Amino acid sequence: MGLFNFGHKTFRHGIHPPENKSDTNGLPIRQFAFSPLLVLPVAQHIGAPSKIIVREGQEVMRGQLLAEAGGYVSVPLHAPVSGRVRKIANVPTAKGEMSTGIYLEAFPASGQEVLETEGIDWATATPEEILQGVQNAGIVGLGGAAFPTHVKLKVPEGKHCEVLMLNGIECEPYLTTDHRVMLEQAEDIFMGIRYLLRSTGASRAIIGIEANKKDAAEHLSGNIPEDMPVTVEVVPVKYPQGSEKMLITSLLGKEVPSGGLPIEVGVVVVNVATVAEIGRLLPHGRGIQERVVTITGPGVEKKGNYLIPIGTPLRFVLEEVGVADNVSEVYLGGPMMGMAVSNLDISITKGTSGILAFTDNEVQRADKVYPCIKCGDCLDACPLSLNPSQLGILAKFEAYDEMADNHNLMDCFECGSCSYVCPSNIPLVQYFRMSKAVVRKRAAAKKDAANV
Amino acid sequence: MRNVVWAMLPASAFAVYAFGLSVFMLLVTSTAAAVLTEHLLCRWSGQESTADDWSAAITGLLLGLTLPPAFPLWMAFVGSVIAISLGKFAFGGLGYNTFNPALVGRAVLQAAFPAAITTWHPAFLEGRFTEIASSTLALPFMEPTYDAVSGATPLSAFKFDQVTTDSADLALGLISGSAGETCALLIVLGGIYLVARKMMNWRIPVAILLTVYVLSGLMHWVDAEVYPSPVFMLFSGGLMLGAVFMATDMVASPLTSKGVVVYGVLIGLLVVVIRLWGGLPEGVMYAILLANALSPHIEKALQPRVYGTVKKAKAA
Repeated sequence: MGLFNFGHKTFRHGIHPPENKSDTNGLPIRQFAFSPLLVLPVAQHIGAPSKIIVREGQEVMRGQLLAEAGGYVSVPLHAPVSGRVRKIANVPTAKGEMSTGIYLEAFPASGQEVLETEGIDWATATPEEILQGVQNAGIVGLGGAAFPTHVKLKVPEGKHCEVLMLNGIECEPYLTTDHRVMLEQAEDIFMGIRYLLRSTGASRAIIGIEANKKDAAEHLSGNIPEDMPVTVEVVPVKYPQGSEKMLITSLLGKEVPSGGLPIEVGVVVVNVATVAEIGRLLPHGRGIQERVVTITGPGVEKKGNYLIPIGTPLRFVLEEVGVADNVSEVYLGGPMMGMAVSNLDISITKGTSGILAFTDNEVQRADKVYPCIKCGDCLDACPLSLNPSQLGILAKFEAYDEMADNHNLMDCFECGSCSYVCPSNIPLVQYFRMSKAVVRKRAAAKKDAANV
Repeated sequence: MRNVVWAMLPASAFAVYAFGLSVFMLLVTSTAAAVLTEHLLCRWSGQESTADDWSAAITGLLLGLTLPPAFPLWMAFVGSVIAISLGKFAFGGLGYNTFNPALVGRAVLQAAFPAAITTWHPAFLEGRFTEIASSTLALPFMEPTYDAVSGATPLSAFKFDQVTTDSADLALGLISGSAGETCALLIVLGGIYLVARKMMNWRIPVAILLTVYVLSGLMHWVDAEVYPSPVFMLFSGGLMLGAVFMATDMVASPLTSKGVVVYGVLIGLLVVVIRLWGGLPEGVMYAILLANALSPHIEKALQPRVYGTVKKAKAA
C-alpha cells in the first residue's frame, strides 16, 4: 500500500499463537454499567501504595482524590464515581494477597460531571510540570504492567531521548482494547503525543502497530496533525512484539543492553492507550477513573470492549456480560502473560486490560509433564535467545544463582513463549518467575546484611 | 514420540520382508526387552513407570534394526537391557542420557559378541517366512551355529576384497547387512515423515550425509582405485539408519541450530575416517557415540548471543 513503512527488521525468534481477536475487534467501546459498590485497593500499580486521605463515611465527588501518591514511584487514586466511603479495610487483590483499600458506595443517581483541577497547557508547560501532571492524574501503564508512567517518562540526567515510541502492538491474543482506542481516540492520542514530545525532548514519535490492525494504522496516519513529527509503522504479527525491547528492535533495529532501559538507546516507549489517557486528562487536570477492558472468551455472552470504572468488582462485571454455566477459568489480561483469578471478589484495576472466560471445553486440565527431551523448540521461541531448556533444568535443581549469573535469568520478561511451545508441557515460565523472585529476595537480603 | 516408531515401521517391515521370521522375532524381542527393562527399573526405584512414553520402545526397535538378521535372540535381549539400564537409566532416565541408548547397547554387544555381530545372513532366502535361523534360537551362553552365512556386507566386501556393489541394489536394500539398515530409501522416507511432523532436526542428517559425500567424493577423485565412490559411501552400511534415526536423538545432540550442524559434520567426518582408514569396515556407531560425548561442549561453545549482550562478555 506504500502508505506504511513495512518493518523489514524484526526481533529474533518469537511465536505465532492463534490471535482470537475477531470477536471483539469490530465492536466499539461502550460505557459499562456502574456497580453500586466499588472496591479500590491502594496498590494498583508497581511501587509504593497510595496513601488514603479520606475518612470512612465521607462523601466524595467523582474525580476527587481518595489517596495521594505514596512516594516518587507511586500514583494517587481518584474516585471513579460520586459516593460515600463505606469502609477502609483489607480488600482482595488479583495476586491473592490482601491489600488496604476503600469500599466506595456509589450514589444511585450520580451525575456524569467530574471534578477538575487546573489543567496543563502542552505548549507552555515545562517537562517537569508535565511529568507532575501525569503523576497527579494517577496514570500508570495501561498495557498491563501498571508501572507509574511519569517515572517511565523521566529522562535521566545525562541521557537523551531521540524517539518517543507508542506501543500499539497489542500482541496478546484476544485483547482488542488498544486497537479500539486507536480507532476511536486518535485526537486524544495526538494530544498526548504533544505532551510527551515536550516532556521527553524527543524529536519524533513512532506509532508501532501490528499488521492485524491495519485499519487502526490507516486511521491514525490519516489524522496526523500537519505540524507533528509522527510516523505510523506497521510490523508483521509476532508474539511478544509488544514487549518494549522487542518493539525497539523491530522498529529501529537496535538492541537494548541487557539489564538496561530503552533510554540507553535513546528511546522512551509508552503504551498507546496510556498516551490517549494523558491527552484526555491533562488539559483538564482530571484523574483517571475508568479504563477500556476487552471482555471476551468462549464463555462470555456479551463480548465487547467496555469502558469500566476502576474498582468495579469482577463478579459484577461477569454478571452484567453473562457467562456460560460451565466457565472454569477466568483470566485477567491476555492468555499469555495474564493470570488466572482465584477469587471473583477482586476488582478491575488500572492494569486490567482484559477479562477472558474459558469453559470446560477449552480448558485442558494440565497434561502430564514429561522430562525435557532437549528438542530445542524453546530456544527457537525465546525472543531473547536465552536457553530455557537449560534454565528449566537448573531451576529444578534450585541452582538459582547459577541461572542468574551465567544464564541471564534476570533478562527474562516472562513472555511465556517457551512454555507455549514445550512438547513436554514443562511450565518453564512459572519456574523462571519463581526463580527470579528467589534471586531478587537473596539480593535484597545481601544488601540488608551489608547495611547492618 | 510414537511418531518415531511410525517412521521406523517401513524400514522394519522391509527388514522382515527381506530376512523373514528371524528378524521379526529379533525386533519383537529387542523392543519388548527394552520396554520391560524400563518398566521394571522404574518400579524398583519407586518411580512412576515411564514405559508407556514410547521412548523405550524406540530404543529397543532401533537396537534391533542395527543387529544382524540372524542374531541370537538372547543376545539381543541382553543388548536391550543394557541399552536401557546403562545407556539411559544410569544417567537419570529420559532427557538426561549422554549417549544414544540404543548405540550404547550395540557397542556393548559388539565388544561382548564380536563374532555374532559380524556374521551376516543372506537376504531373500527361500522359506524365510517358515523357517527360523538356528542361530536366532541359540541358547544363552552357547556358541550359535549358523546354517547360512552370506557373503560379506558391501562395506566389508569393499574393505577386505575391494569389491563394490551396485548402487541401485544398495538404495533398494537388495544386499546383506544389519536387519534394518539395508533399504536406504525407506529410511529416508521415515526421516521425511519426521521432518514434516517437526519431530526431527533435518540439519543433522543433511550435515552428516553432505560431509560424507563431499569428503569421500574428494578421496575418490584423488584415487578411484583405493577409495569407493561417494554414492557407495552414502548408501552402504548403517549410515542412513544412523544419520536419520540415531544421530537425531534430541537428548544426545546439541540444542542450537549452529551446534547441530557442527555435530553433524563431525559425525560425517568420523564415519569417513573410520571407514577409509580405520581397521573396521563400518564406523557409524562409534562416530555417533563420539559426537554424543562432544555435544554438550559443542553446544556450550556455540551458544547464541543473548539479546542485549555482547558476545565477548558472555564467553568470559
